[in-house]
Amino acid sequence: MTNAANIRTRKSHSIIADLMSSKGQAVLLMLPPALLLFTLFVALPLFDAAYYSLFKWNGYGTPTDFVGLDNFRQVLNHGIFWQSVRNTLIVLAVSLFIQLPLALGLALMIYEKTPANTLFRLVFFLPYILAEIASGLIWSFVFDGNSGVASAVFKSLGMDPVFILADRNWAFLAITLVVVWKYFGFHMMIFVAALQSVPKELLEAARLEGAKRWEVVRFVQVPLIGAAIGVSAFFAVVGSLQLFDVVIPLTNGGPSNSTHTIVTYLYSFGLTRNRIGFGSAVGVLLFIAAVGVSIFYQSQTNKRSK
Amino acid sequence: MTYARLVPQLARLAILLIVVTFVLGPLTVAVFGGFKTNGELLASPFGLPSHWNTEFYSALLNDPGFWKYLGNSLIISLSTVVLTLIVAAAAAYVFAQIRFFGSRMMMSYLLAGLVFPFATAILPLFIKVRDFGLLDSYWAVILPQTAFGLSLSILLFKTFFEQLPKELFEAAYVEGCGYIRFFWRFTLPLSTPILATVGVFAFVQSWNNFLLPLVVINSRELFTWPLGMMQFRGEFLVEWNRVLAFITLTILPAVVFFIAAQKYIVAGLTGGAVKG
Repeated sequence: MTNAANIRTRKSHSIIADLMSSKGQAVLLMLPPALLLFTLFVALPLFDAAYYSLFKWNGYGTPTDFVGLDNFRQVLNHGIFWQSVRNTLIVLAVSLFIQLPLALGLALMIYEKTPANTLFRLVFFLPYILAEIASGLIWSFVFDGNSGVASAVFKSLGMDPVFILADRNWAFLAITLVVVWKYFGFHMMIFVAALQSVPKELLEAARLEGAKRWEVVRFVQVPLIGAAIGVSAFFAVVGSLQLFDVVIPLTNGGPSNSTHTIVTYLYSFGLTRNRIGFGSAVGVLLFIAAVGVSIFYQSQTNKRSK
Repeated sequence: MTYARLVPQLARLAILLIVVTFVLGPLTVAVFGGFKTNGELLASPFGLPSHWNTEFYSALLNDPGFWKYLGNSLIISLSTVVLTLIVAAAAAYVFAQIRFFGSRMMMSYLLAGLVFPFATAILPLFIKVRDFGLLDSYWAVILPQTAFGLSLSILLFKTFFEQLPKELFEAAYVEGCGYIRFFWRFTLPLSTPILATVGVFAFVQSWNNFLLPLVVINSRELFTWPLGMMQFRGEFLVEWNRVLAFITLTILPAVVFFIAAQKYIVAGLTGGAVKG
């Protein structure tokens, strides 16, 4: 690495000398806090989840009622779990196929550095910074059939108000709309940064060759920001898998459990009912899904870079 | 400008303004809604209030409970920022500066947190926090939150530290400056941009966090503002104007903070996302 580090390595002859050295002191002092915190509050709970998932346990005392894979069997036989998986996949699909193209289109419109564009970028990015819970609550007013914006719209159209969030057909679509509202600016920002780093000469050259605007986009800009699109898609998938905060103020999983995501399902059927083993099993399944996505993403990026 | 160029320009502007309306519409409805009586809110949810009633806002501003929620959130967020900066910068410095047996393995271990959602281990985390006797305390939020933020923070710090000029360390080392002193004297002062970025990110994450406080905090004295807001919503189910006033008052500081810190937020995003 650094020359100094190399000199140092050659100098020190024993482990003891190494530990006494300035280098050793730095390692022994500066690394353990991070390792300790991460181990206690991230790594161990993960292993615990795998362990607890094999017990029927309400969280009090120590888990003794070993049930093997019974929790998993119960989860996988629960209709509401599959509904929550379906919902999560809907969010995922909307994120990938509606939100990302929208974000890319907007990024192409406003990536150039002008004052007006900067203002547009700030406005579009704003929802990302707001708390999910506050965003969800605002939108639950917008969708409110009694006193909200939606009711006013329906009235002005001369229709009876529809209680969007209480309607099984519409409630989850409403949630996906809020998700798009909340996160498209984040993806747009990633695309803007990538588009700005595309060399201007390439665009000039393409234009001189007579390429039309959309041809420049299609054959120069989009291929060149492939890596950013990959990153953005990865975040969209991981984000969809952990959607929770937005759903709680909007529907809290209702009506009749039709709008749960995997995490609200885990929360409602695991934690609030003191079914630690059952909830942990859901957590383990979620973990497997997340790791699967990461491995897939890694293999794709490796393929690209080859 | 020719006609052929004007049309696409106008179309572009129209699209952008539609999206602006989509983004800002709900927010302005919330801000104005806090000034309306419930009757007016019912009759005309959008548009300026016919009379600016400030009583709903002032009722909240005079409610010690409201300030308590904000205070709790502030304490937790600032502690998370300080802890994250110290712990993550120190670890990242070791990874960037010192080569030792097992360093790569430890690095991958700490970065593994990037891969999976926080929620996967929320139940065992609750048990762990309870067994440590931390339940219903500030630490119950601060420590796990910091731990989960470490992966990204360490990655951002390490990338930055590796770009600092190596000659500087070599010169200092020859002068007899040790690793730890160099960290305090040179690395940290030279790293203010990344410290700001990581700090801002840790702050926003903590300020907005809902799931963790929901699980580990029970007593109302310790409620963070998202918990307080849900509680408030439950108490004023039909008085949307009060709820909207509450939301507005918590969103305003976030917007001001965002405008002040947007440079660092964008830097963190593009640095962390595009390079990482």
